[in-house]
Amino acid sequence: MTIKAPFNGKLKNTTNLFIPFIMAGDPSPSFTVEFAYLLQEEGADILELGIPYSDPLADGPVIQRSAARALKQGMTLKKAIELVPRMRERGLTIPVVLFTYYNPVHQFGEESLLRTLHKNGIDGLLIPDLPFEESRELKEQCQQYNIEWISLAAPNSEKRIKQIAREATGFLYGVSSLGVTGERESFSPEIQGFIKQLKTYSNVPVAIGFGISSHDQIASVNQYADGVIIGSKIIRIIEEHLPDVEAPDTLTFTSILKEIRYLLRGE
Amino acid sequence: MFGGKYVPETLMFPLQELEEALETAMEDERFIKEYRELLSEYSGRETPLTLAANLTRKVEGPKIYLKREDLNHTGAHKINNAIGQALLAKRMGKQHLIAETGAGQHGVATATVAARFGMSCKVFMGIEDIKRQELNVFRMKLLGAEVITVESGNGTLKDATNEAIRYWVSHCDDHFYLIGSVVGPHPYPAMVRNFQKVIGEETKQQIIAKEGRLPDRIYACVGGGSNSIGMFYPFLEDPVELIGIEAAGLGLNTAEHAATLTRGSKGVIHGSYTYLLQDEHGQILEPYSISAGLDYPGIGPEHAFLFDSGKVRYEAVTDLEAVEALRCLSETEGIIPAIESAHAVAQAIKEAKHLPMDQIIVINLSGRGDKDMHTIMNVLEGDDDNQGAL
Repeated sequence: MTIKAPFNGKLKNTTNLFIPFIMAGDPSPSFTVEFAYLLQEEGADILELGIPYSDPLADGPVIQRSAARALKQGMTLKKAIELVPRMRERGLTIPVVLFTYYNPVHQFGEESLLRTLHKNGIDGLLIPDLPFEESRELKEQCQQYNIEWISLAAPNSEKRIKQIAREATGFLYGVSSLGVTGERESFSPEIQGFIKQLKTYSNVPVAIGFGISSHDQIASVNQYADGVIIGSKIIRIIEEHLPDVEAPDTLTFTSILKEIRYLLRGE
Repeated sequence: MFGGKYVPETLMFPLQELEEALETAMEDERFIKEYRELLSEYSGRETPLTLAANLTRKVEGPKIYLKREDLNHTGAHKINNAIGQALLAKRMGKQHLIAETGAGQHGVATATVAARFGMSCKVFMGIEDIKRQELNVFRMKLLGAEVITVESGNGTLKDATNEAIRYWVSHCDDHFYLIGSVVGPHPYPAMVRNFQKVIGEETKQQIIAKEGRLPDRIYACVGGGSNSIGMFYPFLEDPVELIGIEAAGLGLNTAEHAATLTRGSKGVIHGSYTYLLQDEHGQILEPYSISAGLDYPGIGPEHAFLFDSGKVRYEAVTDLEAVEALRCLSETEGIIPAIESAHAVAQAIKEAKHLPMDQIIVINLSGRGDKDMHTIMNVLEGDDDNQGAL
């Protein structure tokens, strides 16, 4: 299927997309702002900005720990959204997708959230515990505010794959394998068929996430998909630089970016 | 509006699969027959409806009956549901059970049915609860279950449930998640209620046989809410006042309670839209109660509905009141209730003092107190570790 330019043309590429996930406020708001910009400089096509949550059901231990660190220093949905204008000021131009569990959205108010996202230059919304059937209304409201609703499809979505993929906007998030987020050693060979199926029905780019953590995996997934989402691996790199990242100097960023480069390019 | 499936995409398929299997099972007479047989031959149902004659005299109010779920195999109502779901797992060809547990009663019930059906069993339990409930951890291990220590979050029931769900997401092809209460995504709340409503059905027959009429009021404690919904459900259309009792912990004016309906607000927890304890940013709060079984920040979505519609009245009872009631029932009737059930006893005694003597009330005694002896001993003998009841 032909790919439409999503995010109002703000997305420059539609292949080999690199979509990093970072947690707002881990380990500090100013780190998040600077790091977002540096990821763009390393070739990030879309930024997935995570909102810390007390009970992240879809996440493995690395992202759980990241959320706990961010919550501990007082990060909230509102404060995270307000980081985006600071990122824009720093020079971030790529689309930003907010990743949040549903309960904080419910407390914030759906309509009020969409208005705030729009006002703060946020381009997309992904709510991992609001599956297709529960998200219809919110998805429609997103259109009014020019926010791309990001849907997830899993290898066991079966009959629903077609419908989810057809109605996908922004990009389609393909879940690599059953389970929670976190680095994986390898993927089932069936992943090829799954990606091909998503590609058949989707008219937006198909990016694969959950567990992608090496250059080889990226290369192999990109043979069939339009890009990758990388979360836990990046968070782990940051974690390994704790406590240096709490007051990061140029050297810390250089060291982190070196590892990100190695992840992306294998050198 | 309450309930739903607020879960990651990967759980939509196993939930659908469960829903379909449940539907055909509940229409299959052989399945129902096997469930009923196990309840009677294995768990010892029906459980008695005991007249608490001494307590009635002491209170000088209405006639008080106790529904004796404490006399079930494994010592609480949890086994009713565990038997039902394990049978369903067997029917679906799943050989591995997963469960979460707080105090350990549901963990023990699941480990028990796993042993009975020759299935493997993994019980997720918070590290704090493991410390508090050493004996139940040993019981589960003795029954052949693997107890998995959960260190994430605060290491209590909420976190054990998160971890059980996460494990299920990765292993849903051959594992069955046996939830212990009327919580979680659809169809769990309705399924667990259907496996617990035997409590209310028996009570109705028994009270009519004994008294020739329905009771005026029924009391049951509410954590997730499975014993209470099991008791209330068959009475929902009857002229009976139903009272659910939450845990007020150290008091409703403190942050240390688990009174989800009394003090909480609407939102999503463990896959369903209901009431929960949360802060203004939608982060889930850690509850507190002396009773591990009521120490949960959410509540079954059906209770949320019954609360909003006014069909059930919800009250809250403090640690101190529950311990007093536990002692009172032990001394007057020779029955030591679980500290959870003692919350219901406390509210019933409080209200009974003001009710006419020709009325009849029923208290659901959801479990027995053996598991709580250590906690109660600490409280009554003034251990500083217990946050100061008495």
